[in-house]
Amino acid sequence: MNRRDALKVLIAAPAATFTWTEAEASQAAAAAQTARAATTAKPFVPKFFTADEFKFVRILADIIIPKDERSGSASDAGVPEFMDFMMIDQPARQVAMRGGLAWLDVECQKRFDKTFLACADAERTAVLDDIAWPSKAKPEFAHGVAFFNSFRDLTASGFWTTRMGIDDLQYMGNRSVARWNGCPPEALKKLGVSYE
Amino acid sequence: MQIIRNRTVYDVVIVGSGAGGGMAAKVLTEAGANVLMLEAGVMFDSARDSKMMAWPYQSPRRGLPIPERQFGEFDAGWGGWTLEGEPYTSAPGDRFDWFRTRMLGGRTNHWGRISLRFGPDDFRRKSLDGLGDDWPITYEDLKPYYDSIDRYIGLFGSNEGLPNDPDGIFQPPPKPRCYELLIKQASERLSIRCIPIRLSILTQPLNGRPACHYCGQCGRACAAHANFSSPSVLIPPALATKRLTILTNAMAREVTVDETGLASGVSYIDKTTGRENHVRGRIVVLAASACESARLLLNSKSSRFPQGLGNSSGVVGKYLTDTTGTGVSGFIPKMMNGVPHNEDGASGSHLYMPWWGDNKKLDFPRGYHIELGGGRRMPGFGVLGGVHRYNGTEIGGGMLAGGGYGKKLKDDYRRFYGATVNFAGRGEMIPNEKSYCEIDPTVVDRWGIPVLRFHWTWSDHEIKQVKHMQETFRAIINEMGGTPLSAMPTAEQQYDIAPGGRIIHEVGCVRMGNDPKTSALNSNCQAHDCRNLFLTDGGPFVTNPDKNVTWTILALAMRTSEYIANQRKAGSI
Repeated sequence: MNRRDALKVLIAAPAATFTWTEAEASQAAAAAQTARAATTAKPFVPKFFTADEFKFVRILADIIIPKDERSGSASDAGVPEFMDFMMIDQPARQVAMRGGLAWLDVECQKRFDKTFLACADAERTAVLDDIAWPSKAKPEFAHGVAFFNSFRDLTASGFWTTRMGIDDLQYMGNRSVARWNGCPPEALKKLGVSYE
Repeated sequence: MQIIRNRTVYDVVIVGSGAGGGMAAKVLTEAGANVLMLEAGVMFDSARDSKMMAWPYQSPRRGLPIPERQFGEFDAGWGGWTLEGEPYTSAPGDRFDWFRTRMLGGRTNHWGRISLRFGPDDFRRKSLDGLGDDWPITYEDLKPYYDSIDRYIGLFGSNEGLPNDPDGIFQPPPKPRCYELLIKQASERLSIRCIPIRLSILTQPLNGRPACHYCGQCGRACAAHANFSSPSVLIPPALATKRLTILTNAMAREVTVDETGLASGVSYIDKTTGRENHVRGRIVVLAASACESARLLLNSKSSRFPQGLGNSSGVVGKYLTDTTGTGVSGFIPKMMNGVPHNEDGASGSHLYMPWWGDNKKLDFPRGYHIELGGGRRMPGFGVLGGVHRYNGTEIGGGMLAGGGYGKKLKDDYRRFYGATVNFAGRGEMIPNEKSYCEIDPTVVDRWGIPVLRFHWTWSDHEIKQVKHMQETFRAIINEMGGTPLSAMPTAEQQYDIAPGGRIIHEVGCVRMGNDPKTSALNSNCQAHDCRNLFLTDGGPFVTNPDKNVTWTILALAMRTSEYIANQRKAGSI
């Protein structure tokens, strides 16, 4: 389920019945499907981001984590909606987020005389190439680097914690294990360790 | 409004329901006493209330803290570093952070379950190195109680024969995770012993409780009761006697005394009604946590006890200690592209490194142990964060430049997932004159109860010890072919020592001793000044060894409670 649906389910489910067992997690997922079907016509309205900022966030998050053969993009996983929630939940993040987007927008205007939204993909990535690798970035881009580090981390948090992200990472836990046998032979072998 | 005075006289009134309060309730009700337990927080039942097995996406903030749950919204603990309406203060320039969990069982609901006995040397440190004080009891005095709680509560571990890390009655330890074996290989090349950790998590059924199901989420409270918490292990047998009454949302204000100077009961505020109440008890046991018990004593002033109850020595609040702590994470290229498998295991690390150093060759006294972490954990907020710091030599050559975006970054995240380890040091602080709590002269909480003011100073002993931790963790990471994810902190940064209180092992501010002039409690944790008043929390601790405090709180609480029962039967209290 995507972020928007997850939020709706959380809001819809009375706290007392939300007991967090695996069975109920499946129920929540089913409810999310229903919610998704019922609300596809209604667009998400961000509470923190302006409409243009929200488009900006969606494009930037998808540049960071695009769709590929194994899983969907950041926006497929609801990352922009997650970010909007986090900005309201943790107001201390607001100025740096808004200011960082503004920094990037102004940088695009300086170089191409166009806003980030108006830029072509190649123009956007030309700016990102200067801020995406801190160890290679020039000192004059330090503020852009700091913003991008933080935006990238928030994108990762929003993406890899969804069902889509967890499945992609092949995290195999969060279940009852009748007998703990340690790690499988392939995992031991790869690290050059053994139980002997 | 009139104070509501309960006419029942309980045999024992216990303040607090955590490790010390739960143990006192169990032992005393089983000995036949009618017990009233006051708990300042809410009722909690992990079988009903645990958020075990929740997925991160079931939270809009992916498990991040909320003000009411400052260890994360899936964590069992209701509470945090700040509580609405319940302030505390620190002296100008000092910092001490105080974690309070307001619920039945207190911090036992979400603690790390690391259950280490103190060793023989830990009770006589002053005799050995001249610093701090000796305890009025020895390891031999406490050993039978450690044995009893091992048998009743249960823990896993391995008998190693180490002189100051005593063996116990252990269930078999779970096999290490593969990256823990990799850490062990590296640490042993550096001559640092790495052995199975000792956690109060069952690996075999015990006393009606099932073995662990290895979801790795003890901090969320175990719905199956496979680990230790007071409400899942100690309070049920006390309730089964039908002699335990629990009052939740009952915030103790002071211990009252009668005309002879004996404790007569406890006054408390009922947080749900806002009404002031008083309950009477023949014996009062404080188990509210070291600092909260000190606060209660200091606030229990009367003409007979103008400095507070049990404080004619003036030591209540003094000698407050916490554990020293710092940590380093490392990116280990060899762990990249890990083989997918479930490595949740038991909560926390399966291995640890007990103190191995020889202080004669070091510039600080006492020692620390190392707790491990890392691997393919359940993603939560912050997962794969700081990817721009993942610089290191790839297997097969070529340097990684951390950062990026796009398909390459997405693949990097997949390769990097599970490829970090972290090390946390937990060390012994020497009690000092500048670290203590007292009643703030002007500030009260929302019920008008004067609050604590903390004073805190680390000495060179602790700073040098933490520097050693930092250097050691970096050496192990390097030995694993990895890269530390942070720069070595400087002397000005005090080597990144965690602020006082942050390790949540605060003990010692109502210390025990043989001399009533320099201690508040005798060797049975009975107030020198008031023979029907006892403490069963961390308050009585004379020193704070690197071994996490809960197992010793439990053993000492059991010893104190049996003493109370025996004295009561003998008619002396």
